[in-house]
Amino acid sequence: MSQGAVATMDRKPMPGMMVYNKKLGMWVFLLSEVMFFTSLIGTYVILRFAHPDHWADVGLVLNVQLTALNTFFLICSSVTMVKAFAAIQEGNQKGLQMWLLATILIGASFVGIQVYEYMALTGEGFVPMLDSYHAVGRGNPHEGPSLGGPLYGATFYAMTGFHGAHVSIGVLCLIFVYVQSLRGVYTADNHEGVEVIGLYWHFVDLVWILLFTIVYLI
Amino acid sequence: MNFFWRMGMLLAGMLTVVIVLWVITGPSWTDLSWVMPDNTVSTFGPTLDNLWLIILWVTGIIFVVTEITLLVFMVKYRHKEGRKAEYIHGSNNAEIVWTTVTFVIVMALAFYSKGLWDEIRDPNLIPADAYQIQMLASQFEWNATYAGADGLFDTADDFISRNVLHIPVDRPVVVQLMAQDVIHSFFLPEFRVKQDAVPGMITPVWFEATRIGEFTLACAELCGLGHYTMSGTVIVHSQADFQDWLAQQQAAAEDD
Amino acid sequence: MSTTTATETHAGTAEHHELSFVRKYIFSTDHKMIAKQFLFAGLMFLALGGLLAVMIRWQLGFPGRPLPVFIQWIFPDTMAPGGIILPEFYNSLVTMHATFMVFFALMPLMAGVFGNLLIPLQIGAEDMAFPRINMASFWIMPVAGFIMLASFFVEGGAAGAGWTSYAPLSTSGEWTGVYMGQILWLISLIVLGFSSILGALNYVTTVMNMRAPGMTWFRIPLATWSIFVTAWLLLLAIPILTGGLILLLADQTLGTAFFRPEGSGEPLLWQHIFWFFGHPEVYILILPAMGFVSEVIANRSRKPIFGYHSMVIAMVSIGFLGWVVWGHHMFQSGMNPLLGMTFVVTTVVIAVPSAIKTFNWMGTLWRGNIHFDTPLLHAVAFVALFIIGGLSGIFMASAPVDIYIHDTYFIVAHLHYVLVGGSLFGIFAGITYWYPKMFGRMMNEGLGKVHFTLSFLFYNMAFFPMHNLGVQGMMRRIYDPNQYEYLQGLQPLSTFISISIFLFATTQILFAFNFLWSLRAGKVAGNNPWKSCTLLWTTPSPPPHGNFPEMPIVYRGPYEYSHPDREEDYWPQDEPPETSEAGGQLAAAPSPEPVPGD
Repeated sequence: MSQGAVATMDRKPMPGMMVYNKKLGMWVFLLSEVMFFTSLIGTYVILRFAHPDHWADVGLVLNVQLTALNTFFLICSSVTMVKAFAAIQEGNQKGLQMWLLATILIGASFVGIQVYEYMALTGEGFVPMLDSYHAVGRGNPHEGPSLGGPLYGATFYAMTGFHGAHVSIGVLCLIFVYVQSLRGVYTADNHEGVEVIGLYWHFVDLVWILLFTIVYLI
Repeated sequence: MNFFWRMGMLLAGMLTVVIVLWVITGPSWTDLSWVMPDNTVSTFGPTLDNLWLIILWVTGIIFVVTEITLLVFMVKYRHKEGRKAEYIHGSNNAEIVWTTVTFVIVMALAFYSKGLWDEIRDPNLIPADAYQIQMLASQFEWNATYAGADGLFDTADDFISRNVLHIPVDRPVVVQLMAQDVIHSFFLPEFRVKQDAVPGMITPVWFEATRIGEFTLACAELCGLGHYTMSGTVIVHSQADFQDWLAQQQAAAEDD
Repeated sequence: MSTTTATETHAGTAEHHELSFVRKYIFSTDHKMIAKQFLFAGLMFLALGGLLAVMIRWQLGFPGRPLPVFIQWIFPDTMAPGGIILPEFYNSLVTMHATFMVFFALMPLMAGVFGNLLIPLQIGAEDMAFPRINMASFWIMPVAGFIMLASFFVEGGAAGAGWTSYAPLSTSGEWTGVYMGQILWLISLIVLGFSSILGALNYVTTVMNMRAPGMTWFRIPLATWSIFVTAWLLLLAIPILTGGLILLLADQTLGTAFFRPEGSGEPLLWQHIFWFFGHPEVYILILPAMGFVSEVIANRSRKPIFGYHSMVIAMVSIGFLGWVVWGHHMFQSGMNPLLGMTFVVTTVVIAVPSAIKTFNWMGTLWRGNIHFDTPLLHAVAFVALFIIGGLSGIFMASAPVDIYIHDTYFIVAHLHYVLVGGSLFGIFAGITYWYPKMFGRMMNEGLGKVHFTLSFLFYNMAFFPMHNLGVQGMMRRIYDPNQYEYLQGLQPLSTFISISIFLFATTQILFAFNFLWSLRAGKVAGNNPWKSCTLLWTTPSPPPHGNFPEMPIVYRGPYEYSHPDREEDYWPQDEPPETSEAGGQLAAAPSPEPVPGD
């Protein structure tokens, strides 16, 4: 065989892990993501144990009701994602498109509600900065004692912010997959892209349930 | 002998390079000591030096044996025409032996270290009658606060000694380390003491001087531009002299 | 469930027989080209890190003396007015030397170069699992490197808080005088993290999923095993660092107080995050070298590797144990002293797998037929120097002894024995051994031996006496040790060390020359110049796009050297057994792994 020529293999090996590369790659990548969130959540846990006085009581500063609704939305989007995948497994391209669109819309509204929440919170003085932190609590006038301390704000924005970024990236990826689905790329036999983005989406959802619990409810 | 002749020449050449550079730069042979310097002045210093010596012996013997074995193998099993390596995949017995032996040796060293570590660092084992000093490290100086006559800190008769730590001999001293800005490290080489001073934390470190004299206080943690200048002195007084010094400083403090 | 392999990308490129220059040499998705890109970039950063080291040693060897004439003109007055290195520039030098060496030289040279080169070729795959992600993994690296380099030229100079960037020194320019430099340092490493993760993602997926038929887990060559374990460490450790860096960046730029004590932040938390990443990182920097050395020693002594299984188990257990020892960097940090003993015990346990590996290398040499080629010399030097680095580690693993030697030159000596004597000599072994496969030509053997001999000599002259400086109590990262009276007598030894470093650095020019000269003028290598058993050497040198003319089938382990029944002293992994027909033999082999699919 001459140098520089292109060799082709006449046989392909079975994937060693019995799943296709992209799916395995996504699983491995999600493990890496787990470690990233571990570093943020670990920081939160250590700072909270060291300085409990920086945290205000549940519901005083953070809007639990609104976020509970938002959490419900995100869980719904996982359901629609499952529906989308189920549809294309049966070769139902219309169903795939519809459920993907639903997932995108719910995902985007999650981000939208989070942005609204951030604006309300910063308006009430709940910011991550050490110097300007002065959380007055929900619905209070802009005077009064500060609730909690800057570590509360800093860890809150670090964790929810990076989760929000993950949701946003997820929405962008879903839009890409949606466009592909409109072009008819996915079929009953070929829907790796849908499954892989679905894995990511469920992971982000799962992380949120954990974050909602420890950030808002505890 | 051709092989040995060439290797001998090579080694001789290497040695010549080392010796020439050694002579040009002029270090002393004693600089190459592997034994801890014979200057320790704290109660636990000799124990620590002894532990060092034990580890030095254990690792030293392993070092010499393994490196010589390696060398012998290299020479003995070097390629010769017509020889074939032996087809050996390993030996479970050998694996078990060296795994166990290594495990036992390092565990023994670890648990032998425990006693001394507890003695020096266990917060419950700090001598109760120790003399208390507060040490605030800042860029780039050491501020030692003494409690004054009332023995209490944050009172009017407190006084500060800058970059000089005065302590009595033969009496345990607890230095409560604090830092104003960044992390510094309180290093007394002769006392075998090193402890980081972290801003926002109070870290106690105790030691007991066994000799009167002047010793080094150094900063061992990179703390900014002037890190290398952040040195000080430890002056160990006799107990009587220390009381005199305290009285003197206190009088000066009250005059202000 | 679909079981198609993700080879669309490759199939796409395979149809283009002539790739454009840009696709072939710059934005290439071929793992071998990416390996070469990592190699050139890594060697350049290695040279840069080396120059920074030379500057550091100039200051320590000749404190307060102006740099030699031509060199002093390079530096502006903000760094070295009149050629005299300023303390702030010294701090930047120390920080950037370590940063460039660890993140931009050693990591790319090990995982980047050899992960890419070896994994597909040693397991019989046509390329990586995700070639385009692989390309991205490379191109992120020079971008991060550019950001890091740029920090030298911003106001206040490059980061000067040490490569560990301990908070709160690193949280604000008011403590160091470095504002933008520290921010760029943080951004650069955050960016670089993506490169490592994307690379590692590929290595893990490729090894797990794309092995040729018959390539069972315990037939994988040790170099690939080592990079597989390393890739897991990268995947799980780098995100921890990234998280920490982002929080530190927020402290710097937004004014949060995660690590700033004035806002109740915890400086020690940064250290925990850093070393929780940092200790696995240490193994990221040494495990691949262990793999290269295993490969070279088995091949060059023409003997099966001694204790293949225990070698693999040792690497995997080092990978696991690396996660529970980080506290030994923090014995003197103010961490709860009662945690000390836990970390002492976990730390010394790591000595066990390290010892197993060392003894197995020696066992491989025992009764071998050792060929003194350049790769072998470097590999044996690795073993010899790793023994020193490993044994000196036991001193600091003992917490009370660490009280004295922590932050002294003893630590500097230890880490350079592991990372230069270990990793760098391992890299030299790897480059000289696999160079013929990468470029189709051999490196010059005579020049290689001269380079090795001088490197080994000057290396030891430079770093061995550093142990003694540490024993005398000399602190690291000190601009001018003569400030301390008790260290003044050690100046001649420091000068001796510095000159040795200069000689060591100069010697590397030989390597650079040999490397570049052999590209054109080296002896043509042929497929298998080392008579090796692994699949890699069954391909042409350099291998074409797609690597293997047809899917190789693996029948045996990777180190079947000097089999008594065979004329040749090696038995390639893909050579069918002579006795029965290939299919029957393979099917009969007890193997939980996939047999050839059709």
